[in-house]
Formats: sequence, structure tokens, C-alpha cells
Amino acid sequence: MTTLRVLAAMSGGVDSAVAAARAAAAGHDVTGVHLALSSNPSSYRTGARGCCTLEDARDARRAADVIGIPFYVWDMAERFHADVVEDFVSEYARGNTPNPCLRCNEKIKFAAVLDRAVALGFDAVCTGHHARLEPVPGAAGLTRLVRSVDPAKDQSYVLAVLTNAQLSGAMFPLGDTTKDQVRKEAADRGLSVADKPDSHDVCFIADGDTRGFLQRRLGSVPGQLVEPDGTVVGTHDGSYGFTIGQRKGLGIDRPAADGRPRFVLSIEPVSRTVTVGPAEALDVLEIDAHRPVWSGCAPPAGPLDCLVQLRAHGEVHPAVCEQDGDVVRISLREPARGIAPGQAAVFYDGDAVLGSATIATTRPVGSGH
Amino acid sequence: MAPASPVYLDHAATTPMLPAALAAMTEELAQLGNPSSLHNAGRRARRVVEESRELIAEAYGARPSEVVFTSGGTEADNLAVKGLYWARRAGDPARRRVLATASEHHAVLDSVRWLAEHEGAEAEWLTVQPSGVVSLSTLADAIGKDPASVAMISIMWANNEVGSVQPIAELAGLAAEHQIPFHSDAVQAAGQLPVSLAATGATALTITAHKIGGPVGIGALLLARGAQPVPVLHGGGQERDVRSGTLDVPAIRAFAAAVQVATERRSDEAKRLAALRDDLIAQVLAAVPDAVLNGAPPGPGRLPGNAHFSFPGCEGDALLMLLDARGIACSTGSACTAGVAQPSHVLLAMGADDARARGSLRFSLGHSSEQADVDALGAVIGEVVERARRASR
Repeated sequence: MTTLRVLAAMSGGVDSAVAAARAAAAGHDVTGVHLALSSNPSSYRTGARGCCTLEDARDARRAADVIGIPFYVWDMAERFHADVVEDFVSEYARGNTPNPCLRCNEKIKFAAVLDRAVALGFDAVCTGHHARLEPVPGAAGLTRLVRSVDPAKDQSYVLAVLTNAQLSGAMFPLGDTTKDQVRKEAADRGLSVADKPDSHDVCFIADGDTRGFLQRRLGSVPGQLVEPDGTVVGTHDGSYGFTIGQRKGLGIDRPAADGRPRFVLSIEPVSRTVTVGPAEALDVLEIDAHRPVWSGCAPPAGPLDCLVQLRAHGEVHPAVCEQDGDVVRISLREPARGIAPGQAAVFYDGDAVLGSATIATTRPVGSGH
Repeated sequence: MAPASPVYLDHAATTPMLPAALAAMTEELAQLGNPSSLHNAGRRARRVVEESRELIAEAYGARPSEVVFTSGGTEADNLAVKGLYWARRAGDPARRRVLATASEHHAVLDSVRWLAEHEGAEAEWLTVQPSGVVSLSTLADAIGKDPASVAMISIMWANNEVGSVQPIAELAGLAAEHQIPFHSDAVQAAGQLPVSLAATGATALTITAHKIGGPVGIGALLLARGAQPVPVLHGGGQERDVRSGTLDVPAIRAFAAAVQVATERRSDEAKRLAALRDDLIAQVLAAVPDAVLNGAPPGPGRLPGNAHFSFPGCEGDALLMLLDARGIACSTGSACTAGVAQPSHVLLAMGADDARARGSLRFSLGHSSEQADVDALGAVIGEVVERARRASR
């Protein structure tokens, strides 16, 4: 095994601590780094929400000290705000549903951080992501992503946006371990973060109130809730507060004619219109996704049979994909519901990631081709 | 990247304990006695304290009763700034202005800010020249605006980041003319320069043990007889009611031992350090010709062991990390917020822009420094700066 100079990103959580410990135990020359992503970090973690508070920085430092590696804090707050937070807000303003973790991996962890690490002489960035890396069959020197052995914790979906170049600079020591095993190992290694709760939801919205967060930044943009035939059924304060497939919190003042629940079908921020309708109207068979990244295979020349995952922790759907320029046309074999533009479509061959693209438009069942 | 043997160039942060201090402390740790007690054990402990006090007092131009032991420099600074302010203002409510330079150590800076935010003080930050030195006219003008409204003045003897030495005797003299209490943080100066309470006529001086080869956790406020700051710590009334708390006898004994050695060697040591430091500067500039030496030029106006550079096109924390990986310890010299290096407030006060303030390193020498340390730095600084420039955003 070659000894690598590894930069271990340590959030203060148990996964990244164990990942760093494993890299060091494997004999690599490891340096721990905590990314300060907030210009105004709060002092303490409150339960499972939020991340990268001052307490998290201290936990990461303590873990690095226990492991016996140097530790530094890198200030990425400005880049993070520009590339992740602002993108999050503007995507919602456009009527899309973004995935900020994806953007962070794409622009911060495996771009800004990886670039800086390489410039400073490191060979790889190690994180606690639950995913595996393996050589691409038949493509010498290329690395692809594979799901973690723990399907409930698998994070290949948010990593699939990475290119081969980025993956070649990545290290994911936890992919072959379940979350329970990771916690046990943390305890065995004397890492006090073994019992720390995992962080959920959006790391920069500590109170979990995404709508409130967006409202403070986008303000009140009133509009109408309408049925597909144009009937106005209510008003809203900002179309950014909705996502495709949403059922709760619609604020509709009267029940549907057929008495069945309504779901958000589409969001049009320009006209400030949110269209709601019955569940069947959510059925989608065709999706256009753009900006494809193919890391597990060459860009497909013709139709490609694969499995596609359309949201984080979502199920996989058998599909046929075809690339035309910057667009990947995805034809699902069975209809799927609640497909939101802005999310990633990740293409799998079994557990291996072939590539990913960003969902742009969807075509409901029964619409013309 | 395991280093051959570590090279320590951060003596301004802390310095190895002198063998005499270590021996004195170790021996004393095995002894019993609270110096406040009236019995035999207490008397024995008190004798150790008082002998230490006398030695330290003499070394720094003070009477024994003018030495107030504290837990270190930060506590002494807090006691001086807050205590003298409160006392002055209590005597005359119009006295609310606190004058301090913008380049003070955070123990003074933050104490002054706290007084301004919570105790009705008016903080006035004296500007420093690009060399880091505050001019007499700056202080005179600041006082002159309304002398009767000034509660106290605090100006550090020598700056911990860039090593610039202030004209303390003259500044203290100005304050004395207006009967304004004058405090100076002499933490970095003691041990390298002749520090004296009597010679300057200052009201209060801060010193600490661990910068001169004593243990961490013990320092002193040299407090002129007659000055009666409001205490920060209340309790058993130790240190003539100014600073309560059981005295740390082993640490005090070690403090005195360190002061004794440091004072004996000060003059020769200053020459030795200055020569090493000047060679360090030469080697760095040879390897990195566009490096900028910050602070006063080498000479009597600068701490003999201090060298501080800005390296254009680099981030100080990248430089620090690269040197650390090569076994060389130094400092960016600036305070950390959540571990993220902030641009040095001292450099900003000297007129540097953000980039220069961020791309700086402080190298500081001490009693255990040798030529080999300087050569080790000289050998790698060129390639380290090269790499840090590549990594720059």
C-alpha cells in the first residue's frame, strides 16, 4: 500500500472521526481539517439540527488529538455561502427543489477543499461519507462510486455529482461498514463522539425551518394556488415554500370536488402560480435532466438500461436513458411521483453509480412525446 | 513527513522551563503549607513566598509590597484595566475615558471593550505608526482633548506580535503629569529588556512567568504603592486585599528562580538573541526576497528575539501548516475565532491591508534557541512559501 498524504475533513461528527482514524491506522500521513462554513457559528449543537457549531469544531479537534494527527480549521464560509447557500435560495426562487449537500460535495468538499489540499501537497481528501470506491471495470485508472453496505445510510446519491477526477482524489473509509458498526468502532477507539446524534436536514438551517429561512431571504411573494383547469383554490405567500408532491401545509380553504387530497403538481415562480391536483396527476414517465456527469461509464452512445434514483433516500426506478447533447432523456418503465426539478437523477448499474444529472423538466403520464 | 527533530520558533507563545525553575517547583510541590495560615507550616510557606516576592520586586524596580501575584498575564491585565478604571471612576464619575493602543494584547483590548460595553467607559484607541510604535504626540493629543475625563491609560511595553518597543518612560511621564494611572503590559518585554516600575513611574506593570522560563499559571501585577484598584477577585483578602486566593507557592518559587536567571543573563542573552534573529531575517530574505519584515527595525526599538514577516501571495495558515508538517513551530501571532485565523489586529492597526495581515508569520527565539534552529528554517522557507502561493485562493 502506498502511503498517501491524506486530508481528513472532520465535521465533529462520528462518521468523519472514524474515517480519519481508519486512514491514520492504515498508515497514511493524515491531517485533520474542520471546515468553518458559517461566518457566524453558534456555540452549541442543539440536538440533531445544524452542524459546524463551535462545539462541533472542538469535538473534531478532540477527535484529532485522540487519533494523534495534526488538526487545523479552514475558513470556507465565504465560498460556502456563495456556492451552496445562495444557490439553495436562488433554486427555490426559480421553483426548483435543490439538494445543497450535493452542491457542497460538488463545489466545496471535492473542489475548493480538494484543490487547496492538492496544492498543499496532499494526495486525497478523506470524509466520513457512507459510500465505496472501486476501479471502473475496463477503464484503467478510473474510479467509480458504489453504494455503502448500509442501504439506510448510503450517500452515493449525493456524491454521484463528482467527476472521475474528483473521485480519484477522494477516500471513503466507511463504505464497507454499517452505521452501528461505525459507532461501536468510535467507542472502541476512545472517540467521545460515538454517541453524538447524526445531523439531519440542511446543515445551515439550524432550526429546521426551511420555509422561514427562505422567507427571510426572499420576502413575501404572494400568488395563487390553482387547480389544473385554472380554478383558484387559495393564495400563498411565496411559491418557494412548496415542492412537487407536497401535500401538507398547502393552505387551501376548501376541499377538492372529489374529496380526495391535493398535491403540488407544478410551481411557476414567474406567474407566482402553484398548481395542485390529485395524486394521479403526479405520475411521471419521462424526465429531462441536464449537466450529466458520467463517472461509472463512458457517456452512453445509445439507449442505456439502468436504475435511476430521483431523490435522496428514494427508491430506484428501472429506466432507459438517452443522452442528447447536454440533456439526458429518462424514460421510466413505471410511473413515479413527486419528481422535483432541481433534484439529482442518479443512474445505477446494480449498486454502482454510472452517473448523475440534474432534473430539469418532467412529463406527466398521458402527455404527448 | 516526520521531522528530523522539532524546531521551536515560538518562544513568544511560551518557552521551556529553566532547569532552576523546574527544580525549585518540583521540590516545593512536595511541601505542605498555606502561606495564609498562622502556624508553622504556614510560616514556612509564607517565607518562600516573601523571599520570592523580594527577588522579583528587586529585579523589576519595585518594592516587595508592590508585587501582586496573579494567575498570569491575562489576569494581571484584567485587574489593572478594570480595577484602575473602576477606582478612578468611583472617585470622579467624569473620568470615563480609557486610552489604549489598537495593537494591545487581547487581555487588555477585550477588557477595555468590555468596560465600554458594560461599564460606561469610553474607549479611545490610540493610533500607532506603521512601525507599531505610538508617538508621544498621539498620546498627548488624546489626553489633551479633555484630561479630566481620562480614567486610565494602558500601553504595552513591547508588542507580542511584531516586537516593537514603546517609549514607555516618556509615555508614563506624560500620564503622570496629568495624574492619570498608567498601566503597561510588560509580558513580552520582561526578560529581554530592562523593565522597571520605579524608573518609568508607571502605576502598574504586568509580567508573567512562562515567557521567561517559569511555569504557566503564575504572574504578577507590579502595582505602585498608593494605587488601589477595585479587586476583580474577592475572597480571603490575600495580596493586601487586591487579589484574593490561596497563593501557589511552588509556582511562585519557580517564578522567582526564573526571574533570577533571566535577570542575570538578560544583557548577554539579548545580544545573543539579536544576532541569531538578525541571521534569521537575512536567511528568510535571501530565500524569499519579497518578504516584508513587519514592525520596528532590528535594534533597541525591537525585541531582540522577534522576527515577523508578511509573505505576499500566501495565507499565513497555509504557511503555518506546511512548516508544522516539516517540524518547524511558529505562529501567525493572531487570535483565533473558532480556530479560524483572523487577520492580525496588530498589523491592521499598523496600516496593513487584510491580505498582508493574513499572510504573516511570527518567528520568536528564546533561551534554548540555537543557530541550528535558524538554519533549519532558512533551508525550507523558500519552498514552503512557493507551495503556499500555489495553494492561495
